[in-house]
Amino acid sequence: MNKNIKLEVRNITKVFGKHPQKGISLLNEGLSKSEIFEKTKQTIGLDNVNFEVYDGEIFVIMGLSGSGKSTLLRCLNRLIEPTKGEILIDGQNITDMNPEELRNTRRNKLGMVFQNFALLPHRSVLDNVAYGLEIQGIPKEERYLKALEAIETVGLKGQENSRITQLSGGMKQRVGLARALANDPDILLMDEAFSALDPLIRSDMQDELLSLEDRVQKTIIFVSHDLDEALKIGDRIALMKDGEIVQIGTPEEILTEPADSYVSRFVAGVDRSKILTAESVMKRPDPIISINSGPRVAIQLMKDHGISSIYVVEGKNRRLKGIVMIGDVLEALKKGKSLESVMIPDTPRVAPDMPLKEVIPLIADSQYPLAVVNDSGKLLGIIVRASVLGALAISGEIEQDEVPEEKASEESASGDKIPEEKPPEEKTPEEKTPEEKPPEKTVSIGKNEGEDGQPPEGSGGSGNIINNGIDSGPVPAEAGANNGAPAKAPDRSDTMPGSEVKTC
Amino acid sequence: MLIPRLPIGDTVEFAVDWVEGNFGIFLDFISDQLDFLITGLKDVLLFLPPELFILVISLLAYFAGKRNIKLAVGTAFGFFLIQNMGLWVLSIETLALVLSSALLTLVIGIPVGILCAKNEMLYHIVKPLLDLMQTMPSFVYLIPALIFFGLGNVPGMIATVVFAMPPAIRLTNLGIRQVPKELKEVADAFGSTGWQKLAKVELPVALPTIMAGVNQCIMLSLSMVVIAAMIGARGLGYQVLFGIQRVDISMGFEAGLAIVIIAVVLDRITQNLSPR
Repeated sequence: MNKNIKLEVRNITKVFGKHPQKGISLLNEGLSKSEIFEKTKQTIGLDNVNFEVYDGEIFVIMGLSGSGKSTLLRCLNRLIEPTKGEILIDGQNITDMNPEELRNTRRNKLGMVFQNFALLPHRSVLDNVAYGLEIQGIPKEERYLKALEAIETVGLKGQENSRITQLSGGMKQRVGLARALANDPDILLMDEAFSALDPLIRSDMQDELLSLEDRVQKTIIFVSHDLDEALKIGDRIALMKDGEIVQIGTPEEILTEPADSYVSRFVAGVDRSKILTAESVMKRPDPIISINSGPRVAIQLMKDHGISSIYVVEGKNRRLKGIVMIGDVLEALKKGKSLESVMIPDTPRVAPDMPLKEVIPLIADSQYPLAVVNDSGKLLGIIVRASVLGALAISGEIEQDEVPEEKASEESASGDKIPEEKPPEEKTPEEKTPEEKPPEKTVSIGKNEGEDGQPPEGSGGSGNIINNGIDSGPVPAEAGANNGAPAKAPDRSDTMPGSEVKTC
Repeated sequence: MLIPRLPIGDTVEFAVDWVEGNFGIFLDFISDQLDFLITGLKDVLLFLPPELFILVISLLAYFAGKRNIKLAVGTAFGFFLIQNMGLWVLSIETLALVLSSALLTLVIGIPVGILCAKNEMLYHIVKPLLDLMQTMPSFVYLIPALIFFGLGNVPGMIATVVFAMPPAIRLTNLGIRQVPKELKEVADAFGSTGWQKLAKVELPVALPTIMAGVNQCIMLSLSMVVIAAMIGARGLGYQVLFGIQRVDISMGFEAGLAIVIIAVVLDRITQNLSPR
């Protein structure tokens, strides 16, 4: 996404009432909205709102009713005159335009879709869609041609001569959308456009808006009171409360880094599994083993990390080959076989942008961690049960974010080589449980465990492997979750898609 | 009572005399124009032979009623009855008076109604006037109308216009105000000019309500027929008045029946003209 600023809102304030300037001066004095209302009967609709909308993005303004979101949207095309502030579209300030200039801007740059469709009941679908062109004086044939194109874009082909009263709610809003598209505006203003539709239709329309957005590349400013909707379609979301913007950010930022308690209360009920993606919950594949390494190395790695399975990769690009289990590797070591011969190649793999919702059933059925693999087969990370559960609980996420990044860079430097030396691991209370076992019970296999400079905790972990064997799936998984870094590892940043939420 | 009697009646009389004295020529000019309208319409309607007229109005009823055959037959029967009672010319005179009054009412009433919907101040001024026009006994209009325009059809028409105006203004105003806010926003958001908004959004959406006003206006005009006859308006109203004065039941009843027939036909046609 290019980051050209399409629309810029600077210090927009709206005071409703007969003496708006009084309200403004009291606001400047720092009085609260309720104090101002008591004193002057002026209602503060918007209080010093600032934001920017980038070219081609879907910007969602969201908030509860009365938060000023519709007022804000209407200020953008001056259906409501802002009391103070500037609105720049392509650098042009529309707040000081004369009626003629404003009309031209509305005709050419701003399309609007309304909550209750707002179709003209006396007109056919075609004439409704052509309305914006008709008032520009475009000849009938040309405007019908463009209108038909727009009708086709929204999937209503064949309905152009229907009467409005014959259409269902979803179809009506398609007409509303087509009407806005027919003018070919740069910016679409959508005022609770899907709120009046029933849930299934609403969901369909959201999907279609997203696919439409991919095709026509409009800048969309979408007002919604539905957080799920906002998270689903928004590239960025501005959360409003009492006429002010509380937080602006991507859906993930809103979810994972709420600016204040209002936002976190707001997002508390969200089904995170729909928003978060495989990429956002995976941990770095640490450790991994090269396919050329011997069984002995694999055993040592598993022992060091307290895990019962390890992913096998090939080459500098870390192409995923498969997974080996501790039991099989021990067998291979005894019989002198290669690592590849005991590798399980068809491990479950998921794409980085797969929604968590779809990941959950996979991981529930899988006895190994899930491998997150990009299009070229590179192993990006692994998902263990604990990291999924952690991501679904708010506190879990914040904890994960606190994992220091130095580890990540260390690991990425080691590439496909087997890490010879491990930095001290982040220890969380859960991981300490196995340490309570006395170290002398540990059965040492292969190399001398002291030689890699591992702290005693590490050997405690390795003892755990042996004691539990292959069946101990959940235990290493838990350990893995705790030393897993979030999706911040620098070596992966280049593969991050712009907005994984879109694919929900 | 210490307060002396306020000379309200005398003041109004003085004002009426003053207008008559100073604007006499202007009033005569208006009178001529209106008379021309009524007689012109009457002549056109009378130009058609009754049979052809009945056919035309029945077809009108048929198509206005969205191919309502019952309405067409009823209309044909009603007008046939009028002709049969020998009241044809009088009925046409009444029809001409009623239609031209209604036309004048709407030409003034609809724009005023639109302005009232757009301008809160104007509406606050017009509203009490409308109340006055509706509640003042209609006989009272007759006196100034008589003074300004003399005897005949024109003062009758003026009295009728005053009486029938309020619903035209009120319902137009209501219709425009009731246009959903979102539709007005659509007009603005897509960059309509004020006229485009009015012509392409507000008036079409308000049309059913405005048509109800048109219907009311025609009905009220008809109800003024007899009263207008008191100052010399010709037609069925005069016949009814004549019947009352002479206690001629058959004459009064027949003329009254003809008025009812015209009323019902006009009502049905205008009601059906309004969309949905």
